[in-house]
Order: sequence, then C-alpha cells, then structure tokens
Amino acid sequence: MLETYIRSRLAEKKILLMTHIVIGYPTLEASLEIVRSMVEAGVDLMELQIPFSEPIADGPVILKANQAALANGVTVDQCLDFGRRVARQFPIPFLYMTYYNILFKHGVDRFADGMQAAGLQGAIVPDLPPEEATDYLDAMGRNELSPIFIYSPTTSDARMNTIARVAAGFVYCVARKGVTGDQTEFSQQIGDYLGRCRAATHLPLALGFGVKDKADVDFLAGKADIAVIGSQTLRVVENHGVEAMANFIRQIVN
Amino acid sequence: MLKRGYYGNFGGAFLPEILVATFDELEGVYNQARNDPLFWQDYEQLMSSYSCRPTPITDAQNLTRHFGGARIFIKREDLNHTGAHKANNVMGQGLLVKRMGKTRVIAETGAGQHGVATATMAARFGFDCTIYMGEVDVERQRPNVFWMEQLGATVVPVTDGTRILKDAINEAFRDWVTNMDSTHYVLGTACGPHPFPEMVSWFQSIVGKEARRQMLEREGRLPSRVFACVGGGSNAMGIFSGFFDDDVELVGVEAAGRGLDSGEHASRLCSGDASVGVAQGYKTYFLQDGDGQMRETHSIAAGLDYVGVSPILSDLKEKGRVRFEGATDREVIEALRLTMKKEGVIPALESAHAFARAFKEAPGMSTDEIILINQSGRGDKDIFTIADAFDDPKWKQFIIAKAKQYHA
Ligand SMILES: Cc1ncc(COP(=O)(O)O)c(C=O)c1O
Repeated sequence: MLETYIRSRLAEKKILLMTHIVIGYPTLEASLEIVRSMVEAGVDLMELQIPFSEPIADGPVILKANQAALANGVTVDQCLDFGRRVARQFPIPFLYMTYYNILFKHGVDRFADGMQAAGLQGAIVPDLPPEEATDYLDAMGRNELSPIFIYSPTTSDARMNTIARVAAGFVYCVARKGVTGDQTEFSQQIGDYLGRCRAATHLPLALGFGVKDKADVDFLAGKADIAVIGSQTLRVVENHGVEAMANFIRQIVN
Repeated sequence: MLKRGYYGNFGGAFLPEILVATFDELEGVYNQARNDPLFWQDYEQLMSSYSCRPTPITDAQNLTRHFGGARIFIKREDLNHTGAHKANNVMGQGLLVKRMGKTRVIAETGAGQHGVATATMAARFGFDCTIYMGEVDVERQRPNVFWMEQLGATVVPVTDGTRILKDAINEAFRDWVTNMDSTHYVLGTACGPHPFPEMVSWFQSIVGKEARRQMLEREGRLPSRVFACVGGGSNAMGIFSGFFDDDVELVGVEAAGRGLDSGEHASRLCSGDASVGVAQGYKTYFLQDGDGQMRETHSIAAGLDYVGVSPILSDLKEKGRVRFEGATDREVIEALRLTMKKEGVIPALESAHAFARAFKEAPGMSTDEIILINQSGRGDKDIFTIADAFDDPKWKQFIIAKAKQYHA
C-alpha cells in the first residue's frame, strides 16, 4: 500500500521527493529515459501524466508538454502500456495524473482494474472533486488503489476534514492559488497552511506547485512529507536535455 | 457529499479544488438574487434603460410570402446594446459582481460579441476587464477586438490548442484560479460548471418571457415552432424557456459547417460524432475522439465553433423536448443573403443558422401556423467574413485601397 511505503521511507529520510512527467513528452522513448534517470538518482515516487487536450489546472510549461505529446500522436493505450512497463521495471510507486475525461471515456472501472493489473499505486485527478467521484472511489477502493485528493489554501477546515475521509495514500496540498509552474514564495504562510492540512488528516502530506530546487525542498522538510517537482523537471529537459536530469535530481536529494 | 447542478445525466461541477470556494460564493450570491424579487426588477430596469429591452418581434411578411408556408416572426435580440443577446447575461452577471464586491472581470469570447458586451459592462460598472480570445477568432472578428480595446479592455489572444473558443475558456479559467479574490469570470454561455448553465439561462430567460407575451399580445396565440441557433446554448435556452410548458416545438440549430459527414462541423447534438464526456468543468456531449481528446471543430460562425454544449440542452435532447438540426456554412450564407434582401435585417452568421433551418421547414407548414426565429445578434460584426463569403469585388477593392493608405 502506498501509505505504508511512504511511512517506511519517511523512517529513513526527512522528506521524500515526487516528480512529474508528461508521458510522451518530448517522446515516449525520452519519457522512459527520464523515468530511469529520476529513479536512479533517488526519486521516491512519480506521477505520470496522461496528456489531455484541455488541461485546465496546468500552467504554460505542462500545457505545452500535453499539447506536444498529443501532437506526436500519443494515445491513452500507449500511456497505459508505458505505465505498465515502468511499474514493472522500477522499484518505486507510480501514480497516474490526468483529467477525469480520460478515465471517463476509458471506463472508470476498466481504468482502475487496468491500473491494478499493471502495478500502478494510485491516481491524481485534479478536476474530480469528491462530490463527483462516487464511481471513481468505488473502482479505486475495490482495487486497493489510492485516490489522491487535493487541498488548497482556499479549502476550509471543514472541507479538508470531509476530503480526508475519502482520500488515501497521501493528500496533495497545492502551495498557492494559480496553475502549475508559476513562482511560489516559500514563507511562513506555507508553514501555517501545512499546519492546517496536518490537523485535518492523518495521511502524509505532499506539497507541490512552484517547488523547483534544493532550497525549496529543504524549506519543506519537517513541514511536508513529500515535495513535488513538476514544471521544473520539464524545464530541465527543455533547456539541458534528458542527460541533465540525473544530476538535477541528485543535487536535490543529497 | 452533494452533487450539484445536474440535468438528467448532464452538468455537475468538475472543479479543481482551488476554485471550490469561489463557486460556493458565486452560487450563494446567485441564489440570493434569484430569491429576491427586487433583483429581477432591477435587472429589467437596467436592460430597458441601458439596452433596448423589451426587444421587438418583427413580422417578416416578405419572407412569409416568399416561402408560402408558415408565417415567420423574428425576435430581435440584435437590437440589444452591442448587438446581441450576450448583453442580457453580461449585465445580469455584472449586478452579481457588484453584490460580491469584486473589482475585475474576465471573459472568453468567440465571435467577440460576448467580449464586447463584457467590456461595456465593465466600463459602465467601473471594473477592470481582460478578455481571452483564440488567435483564430481575433483574426476573423477583428472589428470586435478594436471595440473591446477602445472600451478599455485588455484582449489576450490565446495561442494554445485549437486557438478558438474552448481554448479561450481554458485560459480564462487559468486566470481565475490565480485571481479569484478580486475577479469574477463572466462565462458567456449556458455551459461550464454549476451554477453557470442555470444562471446564464436564467438571465437569458428574459428573451423567452418577452417573446411569449409578445406573441400572445400580437397574435393571440403561440408559435408552433421556435428556432434558435446553438453554440453553447444561451440564446436558445433564453427563448426556449418561455415555451417549455406550452405545446410549442423547439428547434435548436447547430453549425453543420462543411456538412455533417465532412468531419468539419460543430454539431454535438444533431450528429453522430459527439459523445458524452467531462471537460471544462461539466459533463455533456463533446466532439471528442475515442480517447477523450477534444477534436477540432469548424463553423463559419465563430460563436458556434465550440466542442461542448449546454448540459441543459443535452438533457432536453435526451428527453425529446428539443429537436436539433444542422445548417451548413453554405445554407447559412444563402439564408443571410435572402433575409437581408427580403426584410432589410442583418442577422449575425450565428443567428443565420436558425433562419436557414426555419426556411427549410416553413414551406412545408400550413399558412395559419407561426414560426418564431431568434435573431440572436446582428451581422455587422461579420462584415469581413460575409464579404469574403459573398466574394464581393467592390469590398476587396476597398480593402486593397485602404491597405495602400496605411502603407503610404
Ligand atoms: C450573435 C450570437 N449568436 C449566438 C451565439 C452562440 O452562443 P449561444 O449558443 O450561447 O447563444 C453567439 C456567440 O458568440 C453570438 O455572438
């Protein structure tokens, strides 16, 4: 189970690192290389984004990656094959991140059954609030997969408690308003917000949106359990190539 | 937890967590307004003094004679300030923005009509205003871009995705998730997450309320069929809602583009090409592929060129209460030409879809039946597109000469 894995890792390190890739960006082959270098460099878990044509919660960097992957002709079946392959090949937990229409069109039950068979651990679906998630929660629960839900700074305490009742694995706390990729100021405010999240759930907390380097991750150690790096890894690939990934991760993990 | 805003199987609120509180606030202020009889009075008062409400109904006797079937009447939403029904929704939401105490509005626009209407509202109420518009639409609706900017709005061309209406909606949402404390997103049609479909339809219901009363006053009876074009569905919901409880056939006309079997159209409810999905925060019929990726759409009318459709209309289709038909680009141009020549009114390309379908059906109906067409907007804004479609040599000469002046 995902939560158990996270807790056992946390016994050894203060904060875990989760990274994000868009499957098929820049190519399927490159995605595999990126996963390999991330895992070898010490990433603890990964979210694999299945590209969608309307990624409403994503900022320019991830949006462009979604569009480029789709323009390359990447299909959902190829993404699911990719997930199966990396889950088999590498020893860390993998999650899917995508928008609800991808699950809905594939069939929510079929999607979850497929994840279970492929060895994926959970999913993050940012446009699926718990109110709309009945089918999804059934399918994920039946397969012992973790539905990762989201807290935001605008989420009330009462709603955080409600969300905690259906979440599993960990809770993904977005650091601020806005979309992925913008700058985040890591200040006392984030500490307070994470304190509020902590009070609402016993699950481990991941923090993402704007985390980009070792300083940010160090700031979060002791406040969150998992730091999430998304857009920044895409920028590294864009600016310095796939070869630069291992170094980028190593220098954060050490 | 409560599911909200469902019409049969359609609708809902598929929101990123960061926006949930904003939607709670909006729903609250909307419900308050809806339960406050004074609000609707204020709204009608505003629309009668700032726009031209009630808009008239025109007895199109020349068209009636031309087709020799049902009598044709036109509801004149083109006579609103800014030239389309969009003003109804925009001024209504403007009143809500004041109630919420926000200071900035944003909007998407396709044809530019909703953008212009929002820009006038922002100017009038003193709000900052940013309009998102697909790059393709910026090109085909240049005059409206000019007006939005003159009215004080910032127009942001959207270069992502298919660069049309749906992409402008995505960008507006991205702005909103950052700036929701100061900003309201004035969604322009009866789509999107709850409460937008219901709220926009409510503001547009002013069209149907008037039309029903006007038909009774004038003719002592109701039309047997009502035609409206369907982009997102707001003008259709507006006029249809006046007749839901009557024995009146309601016909929604979608953009059949280059033909329903060409793959190049924007018909979600009258073609077999769409399927149920969830995007842009709501569940409805979308033009999408088997993976759930949205497809490119095409229409000569920017305001109909959209992948989704009001969840309320999807439900009314499944219940059989509204019939959906398509009109091709070519049929639309012909209908527009005929309407101008016969009646001297200039429908928007969007509205001309409703005319085109009505003209197909009128000759087969009896002379004592009545047809009501919603002219959702006026066509002046489409002058470049229409001039191209008419292939008008004098217009081309004018543009060439004008361009030379700018070069000099
Ligand atoms: C004149 C006019 N009619 C119709 C539409 C389509 O929108 P709806 O279906 O919401 O009425 C538009 C949209 O821009 C428009 O400008």
